[in-house]
Amino acid sequence: MNTALNFSGISKSFFGVKVLKGVSFAVPTGRTVGLVGENGAGKSTLMNILGGNLQPDAGCLSLNGRPYAPRSPHEAAAAGIAFIHQELNLFTNLSIAENLFLTSFPTRAGLIQNGSIRSRTVELLKEAGLDLDPDTLVERLSAGERQLVEIAKALSIEPRVIILDEPTTSLTARETEHLFALLGRLRERGIAMIYISHALNDVLRLCDDIVVLRDGEVVGSGARAEFTADRIISLMVGREISQLFPKRETKPREQEILQVAGVSQPGIVKDVTFALRRGEVLGISGLMGSGRTELARILFGLDPMMRGTIRLEGESIETQPPMQRVTRGLAFLTESRRDEGLCMEASIADNLSLASAPRQARGLLGWLDGSAIAKAVAHIREAVTLTASARSEQPVKSLSGGNQQKVVLGKWLLNEPKVFILDEPTRGIDVGAKFEVYTLINQLAERGAGVLIISSEIEELIGLCDRILVMSRGEVRDEVRCEAFDRERILKAALHDGYSHFTAEKGGRGE
Amino acid sequence: MLKRLLQSEYLILALCVVYFASMAPFAEGFASGENLGNILSAMLPLLVVATGQTLVLITAGIDLSVTSVIALASVTGAMVINGDNGALAGSGFATPAGIFIMLAIGGAIGLLNGIIITGFRMPPFIVTLTGMMFFSGFAIWLTKSKSIYNLPPSFLALGKHTWLAGATALLVAVTGHLLLTRTLLGRWLYAVGHNPKTALISGVPVNRVLILSYVACGLCAGVAAVLITGRLETGSPVHWRSSLLDIIGATVIGGTSLHGGRGKLLWTVFGVLFLTLIDNSLNLLSLSHFSTMMVKGGVILAAALLDSARRRLMGGVG
Repeated sequence: MNTALNFSGISKSFFGVKVLKGVSFAVPTGRTVGLVGENGAGKSTLMNILGGNLQPDAGCLSLNGRPYAPRSPHEAAAAGIAFIHQELNLFTNLSIAENLFLTSFPTRAGLIQNGSIRSRTVELLKEAGLDLDPDTLVERLSAGERQLVEIAKALSIEPRVIILDEPTTSLTARETEHLFALLGRLRERGIAMIYISHALNDVLRLCDDIVVLRDGEVVGSGARAEFTADRIISLMVGREISQLFPKRETKPREQEILQVAGVSQPGIVKDVTFALRRGEVLGISGLMGSGRTELARILFGLDPMMRGTIRLEGESIETQPPMQRVTRGLAFLTESRRDEGLCMEASIADNLSLASAPRQARGLLGWLDGSAIAKAVAHIREAVTLTASARSEQPVKSLSGGNQQKVVLGKWLLNEPKVFILDEPTRGIDVGAKFEVYTLINQLAERGAGVLIISSEIEELIGLCDRILVMSRGEVRDEVRCEAFDRERILKAALHDGYSHFTAEKGGRGE
Repeated sequence: MLKRLLQSEYLILALCVVYFASMAPFAEGFASGENLGNILSAMLPLLVVATGQTLVLITAGIDLSVTSVIALASVTGAMVINGDNGALAGSGFATPAGIFIMLAIGGAIGLLNGIIITGFRMPPFIVTLTGMMFFSGFAIWLTKSKSIYNLPPSFLALGKHTWLAGATALLVAVTGHLLLTRTLLGRWLYAVGHNPKTALISGVPVNRVLILSYVACGLCAGVAAVLITGRLETGSPVHWRSSLLDIIGATVIGGTSLHGGRGKLLWTVFGVLFLTLIDNSLNLLSLSHFSTMMVKGGVILAAALLDSARRRLMGGVG
C-alpha cells in the first residue's frame, strides 16, 4: 500500500500556545482517512499547514515519498492537494465554467479560450456526476449541486489528495448519498482523501481509516473496524460520555403557551396547527425544504403568512413585527449564526446584551445602565459556560463555533424568553459543546418556557423532545410522543410523498 | 512605544500635534493666537455636520445630501428673515424662526432620505446623491443664484461669536457622544451597522433606527447651516458647495468605518481638527487652490494608509 501523504512530527505554536504537538499519520493512496476531533483540537491548523497557509515549527510532510513543504496555497494546488471547504468558495455571480477555471483560464495570445473551457467543464462535471450546462450561474444551483461543483473544481487540478471539511452540513439526505457515491468512485481511481466531520456516522460509513485528534495530539488511529461512535467520542473528549443527552427534571405543564392555528402561506406552509405547552420541548423534524425553517420564520414575524393565527400566552401576535414579539418573550436562534445570529465584528458583551438591551433602558431617552449591563453579561457568560479565556470586549469572531453558539443562546436567555425557537442549534459544533447546549435547553424548559427545536438529526430530537412534529412539503404529517419515538416512523413521515417529489426533481441528474 | 501609539485611538490627535509642530516654523502666523481662533471657528460647523455623518456611517449608510441641506436651509431661512423682503423682516421672532426653519428643513430632508432608503430598500449612496443634486439645484433655483444679505444681527451672532458657535457645536457633539455610548438608540445604531439581519432578529426596529439616523444627520446639517449663515452673514445657495469630501473625509480619517459598526464621536473630533489644520496651514502658505487640493489629497491618503496599517497591526494581535 503506497503512502500518498505522510505527516511526521508536525508541531505548531501560536503566541506560545502549542496547538499541534508532533502529529504523525499517513494517508495511503486510494484510501479515505476520517479526521475527527473537537473544535480547537488542531484539525484546521493541520489542514492550513497542508494547504500552505501556515508553516510548521517542527516536523515534515511528504507527498508520494518526496518532501513536501508548500509556502502558499498556490504551491499546494500545484502539488495536487485540493481542498473542499465547509463554507463553499464559489462565486455565485459567475458561471460553473468560470468558477472552475478562475485561477487558470487557458489562454491563447492573452485571450481566454472559451471553447476549451466549455468542453473541459463538461468533462469535469460528468466526472463529478452532474449533468448541467457549464454556463449555468452558480447562484441557481442547490447546496448539493454546489458541493459537487466544488469537487469538479478540485478534480480540475488533477489532485493526488482531496481534503473535505464538513462537506455534508448543508446537504439533504439524498444529496449526501450522491456525494458519497462520487467519493467512492474517486477512491477507486486511487485518489487519497482526508474527510473531516463531526457527523460520526458519516465518518464511520465512508472512511477506511480514522485518526482522532485531541489537544493537538493523535489520540487514536487505525482501521475503521477498530472504532465505534462511542469509542471515537470518548477519545475526542478524553472521558466517557455515558449519556449524550442530559436528563430533564420536569414534565411539561398543562398550560399551553404558544398556539398556532391554520398557519398558511402559499407554496411555503399549509394549514399548520399545533400547541406548545409550558415546560415542553417540541421537536420539528423534516427534510430540508419541508417548510420547517420557513415556519419558524413565520412564527417570528420575519416572513409573511396569508392565513392563520399565532397566540402567545393567549394574545394574538401574528400582526406584530419581530421587535414586539421579542418584547413579548419570543426568541429565535436561526440556523445561520454568522449571518443572522451574531454581529461577528462586535464584542462578546455587545452581542450578549443586544436582545435584552431595551430592558435596561430607562426613561424616554433610553438611557442605558452600563454597570447593570456588565453585570448581566458576566452572569450570563457563566450560565452558558462560555470559555473563560475570552474577554468580554473581544470580538465574537475570535471564538470557536461552539462558543459562538453559546453567545447566541446567552443573548436570548438574558431576555428570559417564554417561547424559544431553535433552528439547528448544534450544527457544526463539537460533542462537548452540544452537550452543554442540550443542558441549557433543558434548564429553560425546567423553568417553564416552551421550546421548539428544529433539527436534521433525528437522534437529537429523540434525545431531547417530549413530542416531535414531522413536516413534509409544508405540512405537518405526523405527531409522535416520546413514548412512541421511532426513527423509522419519523423518517417515513418526513419522506412521505415528499420523497417521490424529491426524486422526481433531483433524479435524472448524474445517476 | 511606536506600536502603542499606532494602536492608540489618539493616533490622529498625535498626528495633529506633529503636523502643527512641524508646520509652525514654515507657515507664518500658524501658531498665532488669532490664527488659532480662526482654526477653531472654522472647525465648528464642520464638527457639527460630521457628528451627524458619524451616526449615519455607523449604520453602514452614508449621507451625501448634507451640503445641499446646508445650502437649502441657509437660503430658505434667510429668505424668510432678511430685512429687505423677508416675510418676517424686522420681527422679533425672526431669529428663532430662522433657526427653526433651518433645523426643520434639515430634519425633513433627513426624514425623506430615511423613508426612501428603508421603504424602498434603496442604497443610501444613490438616494442621498440624487437628493444632493435635487436640493442644491432647488436652492439655486429659489434664489436665482443670488446671495441674501441683511440678516438680523441677533441671528448672525450665533455664527459670528466663536464662543456661542463653540457652545452650540459642543452641545451637538456631546449629545452625539452620549447618544452613541449611553443610550439604547446608540447600541442599536452599531448593531444595525454590524449586521442588520442579526439586529432585526434580535428585536431591533431596524427601519426606525435607520430613519432616525438620517433625521439626526439632517438636523446636524441644519444646525451647521445656522452657524455658517451667521458666520458669513449671508444666505447663499453655494455655501459649502465643495465641502462634501471634507465632511466624509474628516469622519473617516478619524477612524469611523465606511462599512458600518465602527466609529466614535471623539475620533470624528480628531478627524475634523486634522483636516482643518491642513486647510488652514495650506492657506497660510498661500498656495493656489489647486496645489492645496493636491497636498490635501496626499495628506489624507497618508493618514488613511497609516490607519489601515494600524488596523492590520491590531488585527494581528487580536
